[in-house]
Amino acid sequence: MAAVKQTVEHVASLEADKYKHGFVTDIAQDFAEKGLNTDTVRFISAKKNEPQWMLDWRLAAFERWLELEEPKWAKLNFPRIDYQDLYYYAAPSTKEGPLSLDEVDPELLATYAKLGIPLREQEVLAGVKGAPRYAVDAVFDSVSVVTTFKKELAEAGVIFCSMSEAVREHPELVRQYLGTVVPTSDNYFACLNAAVFSDGSFVYVPPGVRCPMELSTYFRINAENTGQFERTLIIADKGAYVSYLEGCTAPMRDENQLHAAVVELVLLDDAEIKYSTVQNWYPGDADGKGGIYNFVTKRADCRGDRSKVSWTQVETGSAITWKYPSCVLRGEDSVGEFYSIAVTNGRQQADTGTKMIHLGKGSRSRIIAKGISAGRSSSTYRGLVSAHQKASGARNFTQCDSLLIGKHCSAHTVPYIEAKTASAKFEHEATTTRLSEDQLFYAMQRGLGQEEAVQLLVNGFVREVLQELPMEFAVEAQKLVAISLEGSVG
Amino acid sequence: MLSIKDLHVSIGEKEIIKGLSLDVPAGEVHAIMGPNGAGKSTLSYTLAGRSGYAVTEGSATLNGEDLLGLDPSERAAKGVFLSFQYPLEIPGVPTLTFIRAALNAQRKTRGEPECTAPQFLKLAREAAAKLKMDFDMLKRPLNVGFSGGEKKRMEILQMAILQPSFLILDETDSGLDIDALKIVSEGVNAMRAPDRAMLVITHYQRLLDYIKPDRVHVLAGGRIVASGGPELALELEAKGYDQYAKAAA
Repeated sequence: MAAVKQTVEHVASLEADKYKHGFVTDIAQDFAEKGLNTDTVRFISAKKNEPQWMLDWRLAAFERWLELEEPKWAKLNFPRIDYQDLYYYAAPSTKEGPLSLDEVDPELLATYAKLGIPLREQEVLAGVKGAPRYAVDAVFDSVSVVTTFKKELAEAGVIFCSMSEAVREHPELVRQYLGTVVPTSDNYFACLNAAVFSDGSFVYVPPGVRCPMELSTYFRINAENTGQFERTLIIADKGAYVSYLEGCTAPMRDENQLHAAVVELVLLDDAEIKYSTVQNWYPGDADGKGGIYNFVTKRADCRGDRSKVSWTQVETGSAITWKYPSCVLRGEDSVGEFYSIAVTNGRQQADTGTKMIHLGKGSRSRIIAKGISAGRSSSTYRGLVSAHQKASGARNFTQCDSLLIGKHCSAHTVPYIEAKTASAKFEHEATTTRLSEDQLFYAMQRGLGQEEAVQLLVNGFVREVLQELPMEFAVEAQKLVAISLEGSVG
Repeated sequence: MLSIKDLHVSIGEKEIIKGLSLDVPAGEVHAIMGPNGAGKSTLSYTLAGRSGYAVTEGSATLNGEDLLGLDPSERAAKGVFLSFQYPLEIPGVPTLTFIRAALNAQRKTRGEPECTAPQFLKLAREAAAKLKMDFDMLKRPLNVGFSGGEKKRMEILQMAILQPSFLILDETDSGLDIDALKIVSEGVNAMRAPDRAMLVITHYQRLLDYIKPDRVHVLAGGRIVASGGPELALELEAKGYDQYAKAAA
């Protein structure tokens, strides 16, 4: 039980300062002027030296956005966002583009060191013998500051770079795939993102290539009153495989910060993508002041036959979460999976889930969603499983479990199921339980302290999902869940 | 070893234990027998420190140290083990993980070094073999989907690994068939030691054929109303609890 012990020690060490990523980096930054209009869009595009087609795409999205309305259907309650009172671009004042590490501001390097993100390749190599290596793209507010292991990846034919760089260096790939999974007009937030997205990661894995290491992007929001709008595009060509991780943190600020990201995954025949998220944006304080508003559109398009995508998410942060990583199962015998742990505490509100859209014959999907609510928080699972009439033999298994800790939180499950073919087989199981006093007493009678007993029971509840995460992320995620629930019983 | 003096326990407004005194010296096994509602389970939960059981008067000490001011995990570290009448299911937590976490938590509280994974596996294998349990069962989540008998056996297994000094067996025979009862009793008897004591709580005399008590106490109406040797259990079996229930009322 090394992990539990570690978790408990970690929790103990954090007693005074619960959200450890809450510091602010003091660094010179360039901002776009506050507010949003076509000039803002032009400014961002110009900052990135984008070609005309990209600017046109953004402007078209902006025009469309003006006609859209913020969605209201989610079980979320928050004050109106004033989109004119935000900065849409903030970047450390350095020259544009990917830098060598020597050129990166030492303050920035210190920030990532503090967050435990290895930006120096030798730091990764210098780790424990046999430890898996992973390449990192570090996004600080609106721009990517550094991407590691690019050379080694290039030797395998894998392109891993910032989105801005991809637009310049690989326009043919970007033009072919950008916006084909999440169209600009898909929804209000995705449309806003298309107009003002500033950076994000781009991955292309060529046919038959198994990406030689885990890829990861680390998002950090630092600047005040700033929205982060990153856009990630991952393409796994025929028979390719890639595992991708993303992590997110932000400083503790009294104002709410807006995060509206778009992630598009494209899978051709026999391709496989494993996409893992550990989201730990600042959740706001116990009274609900501050925190990130997280409105994210993530979608995978399994275009190819026998392609497989797996979303795994651990959501512990953000004041508001609105997020439904989805799978369009277009290819025959394609497979979609969604594993989720959503933890809410304090006044956090999460409305999250997935969509499995079965279009291809024999497509299969699996949903395991675990919600844990504590404090005065609210957690909603919202999911859609649908089968098109051509999707004969489509199968889905869904399991939604909610665990309530304390008396003032709530959990809701809203599943939508639509089958247009009689041969589809969909199963749905849902449970809601309260962390039982009896179980706690039993564990304590055997010698476990109260916090440790809660840890053990919660870890048991989420184990199925934690097992889906890459090892080092699973440990991190377990700690996060521990910290998020600290002091929730007693 | 265990010394209880004039103990009064209430659940909510209702007093359940009304002035109970009991001494269990080291090396002895004492049985507590009594009719339903006599306060048997209340006594075991109170000794283990379950919340909701308010001690309004009296004391309980283990080796001269106060128990009642400690939380359940601290009592466990002092050596108190309660074998539950209805062991709880712990979904998602493998049995081995659970027991090792418990063992190391106790050791930590006592300031002892941790039990390493290889040491622990050795302990667990030996204990499982003695109780004729399939070791693979210990890889499954604790008690989830286990039969009543398997759960009871799992309690004895935890006892064998944790090596507590004071054992409380709460209706351990309930739900056991005769074969399981034998195996469980052998497991309990193997724990008998000069520096260890046991309190066996049971409604029926049957269990005491297998776990021979040194003393038998009759609990009725929240008090010990009679004490004697093993022959008292046989007498109860023949005559029933009626006489004591009347005396208590």
